[in-house]
Amino acid sequence: MASSEEDGSVEEKENNNKKRTKSALATAWLTFYNIAMTAGWLVMAVAMLRFYIQRGTHMGLYRSISRTLKFFQTVALIEVIHCAVGMVRTSVIVTGVQVCSRIFMVWFITNSIKQIQNEESVVLFLVVWTVTEITRYSFYTFNLLNHLPYFIKWARYNMFIVMYPLGVAGELLTIYAALPYVRKSGMFSMRLPNKYNVSFDYYIFLIIVMLSYIPLFPQLYFHMLRQRKKVLHGVVIVEKDE
Amino acid sequence: MKHYEVEILDAKTKDKLCFLDKVEPNATIGEIKSMFHKSHPQWYPARQSIRLDPKGKSLKDEDILQQLPVGTTATFYFRDLGAQISWVTVFLTEYAGPLLIYLMFYFRVPFIYAPKYDFTTSKHWVVHLACMCHSFHYVKRLLETLFVHRFSHGTMPLRNIFKNCTYYWGFAAWMAYYINHPLYTPPIYGEQQVRMALIIFLFCQIGNFSIHIALRNLRPPGSKTRKIPYPTKNPFTWIFLLVSCPNYTYELGSWLGFTVMTQCLPVAFFTIVGFVQMTVWAKGKHRSYLKEFRDYPPLRSPILPFVL
Repeated sequence: MASSEEDGSVEEKENNNKKRTKSALATAWLTFYNIAMTAGWLVMAVAMLRFYIQRGTHMGLYRSISRTLKFFQTVALIEVIHCAVGMVRTSVIVTGVQVCSRIFMVWFITNSIKQIQNEESVVLFLVVWTVTEITRYSFYTFNLLNHLPYFIKWARYNMFIVMYPLGVAGELLTIYAALPYVRKSGMFSMRLPNKYNVSFDYYIFLIIVMLSYIPLFPQLYFHMLRQRKKVLHGVVIVEKDE
Repeated sequence: MKHYEVEILDAKTKDKLCFLDKVEPNATIGEIKSMFHKSHPQWYPARQSIRLDPKGKSLKDEDILQQLPVGTTATFYFRDLGAQISWVTVFLTEYAGPLLIYLMFYFRVPFIYAPKYDFTTSKHWVVHLACMCHSFHYVKRLLETLFVHRFSHGTMPLRNIFKNCTYYWGFAAWMAYYINHPLYTPPIYGEQQVRMALIIFLFCQIGNFSIHIALRNLRPPGSKTRKIPYPTKNPFTWIFLLVSCPNYTYELGSWLGFTVMTQCLPVAFFTIVGFVQMTVWAKGKHRSYLKEFRDYPPLRSPILPFVL
């Protein structure tokens, strides 16, 4: 009886040790991930600046950074897994929607519709995304290292006020510019008759996507404003991701 | 007989909302809810959640005052569940929609397809068969709602009716549009495919109905008791040996049959989404069975034998 009691407490200690090791591993991985992402978006920012300074134009700028952009934006899918396994305390759905909308812009608009790659609106959302992501990932990094400089916290909770509407403008203008080319080429579309008895019109789909910004954008924006109030002017609580 | 005093506080603000004195010890929560409703007419009993602890579980209407862990002055906390609507109303609305909407597409009502097709019918016999099956399915559901099902809860939140109707009506319109389209392509393997699909569909419809009857017979009229369902003399119920929620299993089977019969991708999507939702429900039901009954048969899976 005594030995089984001992075994019980040894097992408990082992479990606690396992939990501590797991969370130390998780923290180490998340720190590495966020440092890597900060670095990636910094590289993109520098590349864009250099391009513009050297060439004096934004023509060809997207082409020059497109591979880096595709890589780092796609890798962000990992963040959905972080939420799913509980490493990060955020809703899987919220993160999923955010990452998917980025992936949609990168792969299904800018990458697929080459004629709009030199639009100014593309540069607009690229700049916004870069600034936002560098702020966001460095915020997470410093948080994990328990050493958050106030200016990073300030940036995270204030820049969005301007960045968010600018980003939305860049994205919407880009999709709008792409519409005539989508219509002409009939890309990603399927017409009747076919053996699956389904049809899909990418042009109409894009219009619906644009319209969906109308209800979604204010909701997200006001949610972030509320978070900002809580964090900067209220009681400081455990950081919740937006 | 000692009478109780009952005070009801708001669960969030802790304000005193109501004070009832001279309450019978054998009064039920349901009766207390009626009394509370009298002093606050906007909160009808169905939208009241009464609990012992502000963050605790809701008490049941059948719970008796003197059997609860309260003193002679009982304190309850109230939470407003929001506007409620009866389950029967929701079911009837969400099922009547697909029935009528599909028929509108089948009869090619104007403004759906090109004007030259208005009020024509498809030249493919499988399209007529599909209309009969789809309509039969929803008529069956409506009749079951009226005459077969015994609901545990009387009501659900009002916003559910908008959510549910969007789902059912939206998918019905999407499926019906393609099946009844002038450019519809009939199944690749022709009569063989349709016949096989029809057999599966009918088999699962009968199965689903048998399960609904079996579940109804577990529960005497007006009661809310829960019992373990077991196979009966009806062979369609023998699936209870392997599955906790065979009504969902048969439902999946019906829609798989309909998908194969119509060879229509939107139908496949509807089947998949429905399957995901039913699996979530089946797992929940399976878990509550296991929690409530010590002797629950271990061989059973929630929805798919041995698999899920």
